[in-house]
Amino acid sequence: MRHNKWLLAFVILVYMFLFAPMVIIVITSFGPDNYIAFPPRGFSMKWFVNIFNSEMFIRTFSISIQVAVIATLFALILGVPAAYALSRFDFKGKSIIKNLFFSPVIVPGIVFGFALFNFIIIKMRLPIYTSLLIGHTVVIIPYIIRVISSSLDNFDYSIEEAAVSLGASKIKTFFIVVFPNITSSVIAAFMLAFINSFNNVPVSIFLTGPGVSTLPIQMMSYVEYYFDPTVSALSVLLMLMTIGIMFVVERTLGLSYFSK
Amino acid sequence: MKGKWSYVLLVPGLTIIVVFLIMPLIYTIFPTLLGGEGVTFQEYIKFFKDEYYMQIFMRTLKIALITALITIIFGLPVSYFISRANKKFRGILIACTVFPLLTNSVVRSFAWMTILGKNGIINKVLMGLNIISEPYKLLYTEFAIVVGTVYLFLPLMIVSLVGVMENIEYDLLEAAESLGANRIVAFFKVIFPLSVPGLIVGTVLVFTGALTAYTTPQLLGGNSNMVLSTLVYQKAMTLGDWTSASVVATIMIFTTLTIIGVINRLASKLNERGV
Repeated sequence: MRHNKWLLAFVILVYMFLFAPMVIIVITSFGPDNYIAFPPRGFSMKWFVNIFNSEMFIRTFSISIQVAVIATLFALILGVPAAYALSRFDFKGKSIIKNLFFSPVIVPGIVFGFALFNFIIIKMRLPIYTSLLIGHTVVIIPYIIRVISSSLDNFDYSIEEAAVSLGASKIKTFFIVVFPNITSSVIAAFMLAFINSFNNVPVSIFLTGPGVSTLPIQMMSYVEYYFDPTVSALSVLLMLMTIGIMFVVERTLGLSYFSK
Repeated sequence: MKGKWSYVLLVPGLTIIVVFLIMPLIYTIFPTLLGGEGVTFQEYIKFFKDEYYMQIFMRTLKIALITALITIIFGLPVSYFISRANKKFRGILIACTVFPLLTNSVVRSFAWMTILGKNGIINKVLMGLNIISEPYKLLYTEFAIVVGTVYLFLPLMIVSLVGVMENIEYDLLEAAESLGANRIVAFFKVIFPLSVPGLIVGTVLVFTGALTAYTTPQLLGGNSNMVLSTLVYQKAMTLGDWTSASVVATIMIFTTLTIIGVINRLASKLNERGV
């Protein structure tokens, strides 16, 4: 490929636009002052220490992790069988059902959050924590279905038929023949669903209340009152988590999945 | 047998979606259409006649439209570059694009707060260079929302475009060039038309995403620059006015669906013409 200087310059500028803000956050998180200064006048780790001494960040972080893990497990239990049925069988109304499974992506998060708040907290009087779990489960089902389906679509079902013809039950066949072939995409689906649940704001904001809040919601209300580098430090930790998840996704599904 | 099995597998997931997504939506939308007797659009007429609400509605559309346009302008060359890079380099570039995508939107908006704020980096630099004497108000403006929203959705546009551009045969471009087209002409006559499907997907995702984003307008727009999603939250949780919140929520759903419909219609028109 012949080099095109203008194109290269443009691409560099766009990636600077994408990364400069994050680099700035990382740098400011080590600043010693009580306000965010760039460049910082010194070096200090105290904001990182501050996070671990702050009860509310620790509590909301553990709630976020709990909710993301449990909701992802629920979504896997509901989504894997559905993805299998959608990939394996032909039946009436298949495209409608597919659309239903993807509908949580189309409905705006803030609208879904409000509707859930209205229906299950106000009308059905479900506890906030349960509602938060339900909301997150619904939101991430499409990610599970998408990743698992694309992996099952490449699966050769004649292997499964062979197992059945040799006398294995349907369920046994699934766990012995089909599941081992899609384990890596299950792990990838878990990671993607987890990060989507963990990062969720618009749905969570309606489903939090006294004692129950998630980390992103806590961060949002923190920056409304304080503007010190604590949030920068938290952001750095969240970026590290993102890198960890990207690493697992790269190892299992491959990051090129995102451009498919 | 096959039919029965598939229903057993599908029913649990479908039940959850119907009970916890579809039913709450119906429960929320339905009362806004009921007046004293029968169906009425009273609440909606009121909304669209109110200058304040109309301003919010138009602001939301404007921000989404500008965001979509800017992400297209930024995204096209970058995606083209990625799709033509060698395999290893392409992987690195995709990783760099995916990283912001998987980073929390609070983090990404917060970054712009530190850049655009009164004591933010841009104001500090401009004042340090004596270009301005007073800090310029950048944060809590529509401009800040646009910057934050472009930042939020640009990776999504790039990723959608790369997916399609990767599959375009490089030979086509060489053929065009050997027939005398220069790079830019070849791009617009060959690459661009073949990228339209990715462009459609990207535009739908970015436009509807920008239209319904909550975190960024909340953090970067402040209270004087409301958009529909911050209005829903304010009506419901700050003012406790659930009817108005439901009306705005319904308007958001229909606006989103209309936009998806329009973009898809345009796309099929383009396809018919064989562009």
